[in-house]
Amino acid sequence: MPRVKVNYLGKVYEFEGRLRAEELLERLNLNPEEVLLIRGNELIPTDEVLEGEIEVRPVISGG
Amino acid sequence: MKCRMCGGKAVIKLSAHNLSLCQSCLATFLRRRVGRTIERLHLLSLQEKILVAVSGGKDSLSLWDLLLELGYQAEGLYIDLGIGDYSQKSEEKAMGFARERGVKLHIVRVRDYFGGLSIPEIAHRARRVSCSVCGLVKRYLMNRAGKEGGFDVLATGHNLDDEVSLLLGNLLSWQKEALVRQVPSLPDKGGLLRKVKPLVLCSEREVAAYAFIRGIDYILDECPYSQGSTSLRYKNLLNRLERESPGIKLQFYQGFLKNRHLLQAEEEPELQPCENCGYLTPARLCSFCRLRERVLQKV
Repeated sequence: MPRVKVNYLGKVYEFEGRLRAEELLERLNLNPEEVLLIRGNELIPTDEVLEGEIEVRPVISGG
Repeated sequence: MKCRMCGGKAVIKLSAHNLSLCQSCLATFLRRRVGRTIERLHLLSLQEKILVAVSGGKDSLSLWDLLLELGYQAEGLYIDLGIGDYSQKSEEKAMGFARERGVKLHIVRVRDYFGGLSIPEIAHRARRVSCSVCGLVKRYLMNRAGKEGGFDVLATGHNLDDEVSLLLGNLLSWQKEALVRQVPSLPDKGGLLRKVKPLVLCSEREVAAYAFIRGIDYILDECPYSQGSTSLRYKNLLNRLERESPGIKLQFYQGFLKNRHLLQAEEEPELQPCENCGYLTPARLCSFCRLRERVLQKV
């Protein structure tokens, strides 16, 4: 069973099973316009099935 | 998903442009887009000496990187606001960028102008909110550093999301004067340096992706005073609309640029040099010197 570890705003979430990037964003209630998905030195497209350690990085700043 | 430019594996979909791109082509796309924005809006020329206002964040450091990549003569200006760890980390990021690329970074410290006080301390003594004091002080110090350093123009990293959230706010409260002034290029006037915003047609997500791809080490933390700000709420609202109707933010902003001539500026009050520093002001002292006077009396 594939396992995905997701780092988002200092918290770690773990998911089991086949999970596509856009499904992850839905589960975290995030708008794809407001985040980047990152694994190591690469961006992850929203149609990709996730595996390993993923960072969800917010891109919207205030001020 | 294939990259529309090279046919390789795409890593990002830019729905507003109906375009999927790989990492390398995304960097090329942003460089071209910013280059064309500068050209079409007549923002900068290669002969000019540009001062880029950098905060250590993704937008300003990406702007500096893009301008250097496009061949412009750009130096950086970092303003130390004195906001604890946040300012310290931001300064390290700005310095790291300048060191890596061998470019010059000028540093100005707010404390040097306010008897050792930081932005939050100034705001407390002036009984104003930090963000409004911060804006006033930064605008003044950026202009002053630019003028004293012999720069032709000041460039800031405002992106499309910054501009559309500001536009929405200005329209909701019909801030007519602010709408008239909300332009990608403010001409120099009297003692005021020309100001340009070359990233206005790039979304915040596009700029963040560019920063990541270019390996720009920027500060991920938010200013502690920006939490819950109105601009964040408006950005969130506009991104919900963008998700439903890709390209709507760009359409909103470009429509504004096309139609802003319909707004007419009220007659400006007569400006004169501030008695203390020479900055143009409708009063005896400019708002920066008035703030300084008020705050320093209380030290």
